[in-house]
Amino acid sequence: MEEVKLLGWWVSPFSRRVELALKLKGVGYEYIEQDLAHKSQLLLEYNPVHKKVPVLVHNGKTMAESLVILEYIDETWPNNPILPRNPYDKAMARFWAQFIEEKCNGGLWKIMWCKDEEERGKLVEEASQCFITLEGELKGNKFFGGEEIGMVDIAANFIGYWLGVVQEVSGMELVTRDKFPVLCKWMDEFVEHSVVKETLPPRDELHAEFEARLGAPSWKY
Amino acid sequence: MSENELVILDCWASPFCMRVKIALAEKGLDYEARPEDLFGGKSDLLLTSNPIYKKVPVFLHDGKPLCESSVIVSYIDETWPAPALLPSTPYERSQARFWVDYIDKKVLFDSSAAIWKASGDDAMEGAKKEFVEVLKVLEGALGEKEYFAGDAFGYVDILAIPITCWFLASERFGNLKVEAESPKLSAWIKRCMEKETVAKVVPDPEKIYEFVINLRKMFGIA
Repeated sequence: MEEVKLLGWWVSPFSRRVELALKLKGVGYEYIEQDLAHKSQLLLEYNPVHKKVPVLVHNGKTMAESLVILEYIDETWPNNPILPRNPYDKAMARFWAQFIEEKCNGGLWKIMWCKDEEERGKLVEEASQCFITLEGELKGNKFFGGEEIGMVDIAANFIGYWLGVVQEVSGMELVTRDKFPVLCKWMDEFVEHSVVKETLPPRDELHAEFEARLGAPSWKY
Repeated sequence: MSENELVILDCWASPFCMRVKIALAEKGLDYEARPEDLFGGKSDLLLTSNPIYKKVPVFLHDGKPLCESSVIVSYIDETWPAPALLPSTPYERSQARFWVDYIDKKVLFDSSAAIWKASGDDAMEGAKKEFVEVLKVLEGALGEKEYFAGDAFGYVDILAIPITCWFLASERFGNLKVEAESPKLSAWIKRCMEKETVAKVVPDPEKIYEFVINLRKMFGIA
């Protein structure tokens, strides 16, 4: 009997990535919502190094870091693969997932918290370059994974959904349809995907949450 | 017909390049290392095969480029499976990947290099504290084992050991000793450096120290 648990936070795109992968593979799991302002003993015990969500627990074994967890899920439940099987294509998918995590999401995070206008201007320019690069990588496909979503699409979930909410709350226009039509088309497909839909936090609740936090001095707990 | 033309666009001091070279040596694979002049002028091949980062290493397998050292080492392990670098079970692999992610996030740039880049006492103290904390976390991960995954030298060791040749610079500028702060990690460093595949690739830390002195001049720190 498989026992799968997921420690997550409803707002976090990182924990939603893991939920998405589990749902794509039809894996049943127990979800345990975490209060990151008052971290549980369970979380601190299961992820002592980073003290963050998501944490996946499978038959008592704990794992942290969402992209690491995605690889584990793909290896353990090979149906509906999220990574290509060919080593070169798999390596390219890992490269793009890392690019999205470090350059794209990393840059967007800095923008969200940057108070200096000149600095923000530079960061926005860098982010635009990232979006152009991503548009190139889509290569006319529906998803980064081709006809079906894969690890790269899952890694890009913040851009796919959360970014829209950040833009509404902050008034910033980072991804617009006239500037990035290809990326916007991917975002449309992503949020309309039948399984992705199930894992997205409700838009109005996410909006309220971001509104509260973006006004605060710091996001970090 | 001979296939498997393996090329690495390289820099002798880059721990990321060292990772790839150690992995190739562990697999007994022949390759050509082409040195790049990272400050004087990057080659056209580097700029076209890594347009996003324009960094080394770039690994070319029969002309097909791959970038990012952890991606490259995983590819090498999957393409030439023996001897295995990653552990055999999905769970053990998840642990290995977790530690490589930690090392990449925390060890080189955030803590070790932050020491020799620090200007001012506060920055230095902060960097030293961070570095010592990271060493202790790594020591905890190693535990009583010979290598990170157990008895056999593998993926985490390969990705971690190259960074350690940069520690001497941090020790000198930070006035601390890795051996005093983390004796078990220190023993692991010595154990790995005794391996031929590592010793041939990882340079003398004194040479890296000289390199760091020049980097500091370039950054306008010294």
